Amino acid sequence: MEERKNLAEGIEETEEVSAPAPERKKGTLWELFFTFFKIGLFTFGGGYAMIPLIQKETVETKNWISDDDVLEILAIAESTPGPIAINSATFVGYRIRGFWGSFFSTLGVVTPSFIIILLIAFVLKEFQSIPAVQYAFWGIRAGVLALIFKALLNMYKKSKKNLFSYIVMALAFFVVAFFEINVIFVIIGCGLAGFIYSTIAERRMKK
Amino acid sequence: MIFLELFLTFFKIGLFTFGGGYAMLPLIQEAVLEKGWLALEEVVNFIAVSESTPGPFAINMATYVGAEVGSAGFTGIESVLTGVFGSFCATLGVVLPSFIIILLVAKIFDKFRKNKVVAGCMKGLKPAVVGLIGAALISIGQTVFFPDGFSWDAFGGVGLWISLAIFAVMCVLSFKKVHPIVVICLSAVVGIVVGFALPLPL
Repeated sequence: MEERKNLAEGIEETEEVSAPAPERKKGTLWELFFTFFKIGLFTFGGGYAMIPLIQKETVETKNWISDDDVLEILAIAESTPGPIAINSATFVGYRIRGFWGSFFSTLGVVTPSFIIILLIAFVLKEFQSIPAVQYAFWGIRAGVLALIFKALLNMYKKSKKNLFSYIVMALAFFVVAFFEINVIFVIIGCGLAGFIYSTIAERRMKK
Repeated sequence: MIFLELFLTFFKIGLFTFGGGYAMLPLIQEAVLEKGWLALEEVVNFIAVSESTPGPFAINMATYVGAEVGSAGFTGIESVLTGVFGSFCATLGVVLPSFIIILLVAKIFDKFRKNKVVAGCMKGLKPAVVGLIGAALISIGQTVFFPDGFSWDAFGGVGLWISLAIFAVMCVLSFKKVHPIVVICLSAVVGIVVGFALPLPL
């Protein structure tokens, strides 16, 4: 490990002479924490909104990873469970500094929201009984519905347009909206259905 | 033990959420309603708070629910401490599944992504999330437009028509790429003006 670090430093020194060097820099744990703290602090809405900022900070500013790595993060975030913010922080941290790298990156991205929301949670309680606040939230709830509606349409536009997708969408919608079936069962069921469908489709291709 | 319950509930939510943004909403909605931790109205209010504060929706929601549930039944400094600990448990719960899974697959990521089982499951999971958010939209729509439950009488009231109007206008603004925070602020202003002008019953 020590040897590799020396090697990396050596490369860094010669970088100015023989640009462009393909080698990436390695941040310290503190740098990782602070960078992801900043990413957590300046992303509103979370999720995919975070990807451009991650790209800017870790590729352009710090030169820790490449643009291809960012695409890989997107792919991994889409095929593993959990919030995209956590997936990407853990993944980038691991790439740069192994386990502790992912630990400090994840801690960094979580800390700003954690502190801000804690403060808000206690303040919100005090203000909730004020009529103006209640009226404001009455209006806001209709606005939030519009935001969710837009997010839903965006997701629909991005999803695959084939018969199987439509059937899964419709089934998931109907069983949860009208029969109060547990959401987790539906998720597991749809995952299984996807696996069975793609297995059958593949066999047909072979024939 | 409420703190363990917070941790386990959010661990489950983190484990079964695929995709970003509102993908978590159906799971959170189901869990907090089932446990009686929050009313659906409070969840919707908090979505607005989460959209206007930094950070991922998942973390914001876990922290908020943790603080609310942890501090319930306590007063003064005790409620602050239990609230903070509740937030900690819920947030740790929602973070851990992705953290562990990413660590496990980070080394073998290419194999993992091209794995037939994983790729096959994703074919079913992606459209499922769309359907689930659709279902969440319906139940949230019901609390927004019919807070006292659906009834034909509600169509006689001005409140329903104004909130439908706010929804319609905000949909148009959202599709014109107006920033969510602007949408929320405008809705708040309309809510306050209409609320005091009518006045709406509280």
